[in-house]
Amino acid sequence: MSLRKPPLYKIHSDADPEFTDFGGWIMPIEFDGIRNEHSAVRNSVGIFDVSHMGEIKVSGMDATELMNRLTTNDVRELGPGGAQYSCILDDEGIIIDDTVVYRYPESDGYLFVPNAGHDEEMANHWSECAHNMGLSVSIENVTQDTGLFAVQGPEAMDTVEDAAANKLSDLSRFEAKQSEIAGINCLIARTGYTGEDGVEIFCPASGSESVWSEFQSVQPCGLGARDILRMEAGLLLSSQDFDPETEARTPIEAKLQFFVDLSKPDFVGQESLKTQQADGTEQKLIGLVLNERGIPRNGYEIHSEGGKIGHVTSGTLSPTLSEPIGIGYVDTKFSETGTEVEVLIRDRPVDATVVGHRFLDSLSKE
Amino acid sequence: MSFKIPNNKKYAESHEWVEQPDDGGPSRVGITDFAQDELGDIVFAELPSEGDALTQGEEMGVVESIKAVSDIYSPVTGVVAQINESVFDEPELINDVPYGDGWLLAIEVESGADNLLSPEEYKEQIQ
Repeated sequence: MSLRKPPLYKIHSDADPEFTDFGGWIMPIEFDGIRNEHSAVRNSVGIFDVSHMGEIKVSGMDATELMNRLTTNDVRELGPGGAQYSCILDDEGIIIDDTVVYRYPESDGYLFVPNAGHDEEMANHWSECAHNMGLSVSIENVTQDTGLFAVQGPEAMDTVEDAAANKLSDLSRFEAKQSEIAGINCLIARTGYTGEDGVEIFCPASGSESVWSEFQSVQPCGLGARDILRMEAGLLLSSQDFDPETEARTPIEAKLQFFVDLSKPDFVGQESLKTQQADGTEQKLIGLVLNERGIPRNGYEIHSEGGKIGHVTSGTLSPTLSEPIGIGYVDTKFSETGTEVEVLIRDRPVDATVVGHRFLDSLSKE
Repeated sequence: MSFKIPNNKKYAESHEWVEQPDDGGPSRVGITDFAQDELGDIVFAELPSEGDALTQGEEMGVVESIKAVSDIYSPVTGVVAQINESVFDEPELINDVPYGDGWLLAIEVESGADNLLSPEEYKEQIQ
């Protein structure tokens, strides 16, 4: 299978970053050092090309009904321009992907953003379910025709406001509006995946170069920095922190209950989640911090009392907190904050403590 | 991009360097400029202990960057004479001065120095 290229592939190539294969796309992983890029986003502003993310438009008479059946959050709560994080489940309640659902500010219907490489699968899933449920909707996978950039950091709003034709200071978190940038009509949403303030800008693929060029003074950042930023913020990565094949988890195990509305009408996976909510889960997601040198990484075992109690799904040395942090799952009785555990690093047990997985909050208060 | 390959050192194919002092004492060992650049920001080093016996070509430790874990191999056969403890506290030394303060350990060499690469041979390998 050949790799998909973002609309800006040529522009990126001129900047000569390191590229990586991610979700079937060839994307920049590092432009000017992961630390530099990370620090730009935490301290000022950085821009990411995230055009590998999927974009699927859902419109028609029954669009709200279908969105509400296939995602865990209550779509009916969205006003025009509203956005919400949500999970997409199978019948057993297992997360098959996570997404942000946007209600268009100026037109009918929704846009949702599945993860890289999941767009076709989700578009098919939506079509199939619409057919089976007898709903009247139009589903359009516009991934290939859409550029998506994230401008993130404490100075992001000012930076984008300078570039955009419309005022943005009145935009709330998880709200989107239309505005031109460089004469291109964009959907600008105050969302992101870094734990910082900022926006994500959707534009037509054909206008990507013009929009990107408006931010020439902003540090370009690759997926390497993005991965560390999201880990520090405790944001989960689809296909790694959950995956229907290799890391089958429900939103309850993954501590995403906040984004599940169990009381709304029938949605896929609801019955399983209700049972799990009542009975509890065998394992739960945790954050952990190592008390010795080392870095917890994907796949490392977590031990306690001489036995395996779980494993790490993501980890890094946090540049913001100067601590080795990890996200993983352990048997529920070990998931309390403060529990002492061990991470097995190259067969050597390293002491670690369970902490809240939103590390920017849980560790900076100490 | 051109990488530094000092003439006063010998090199292993696995990107370690060895510097044999004139006085015949233990040889300093580190990773090359090319290797540190490939790894990116190094955040952690795991090294053997003083007195450990090492065999040429066998794993002797690990350096981790933000994005990858990489084994390091003993470029010679010998015994660990000294560890550069400063790379534990400041692993970025390995990026900043791979041939200087970012050295990793000193080895009392018993054998193997003869089949290391010359600077010219190493240069050819990474091109």
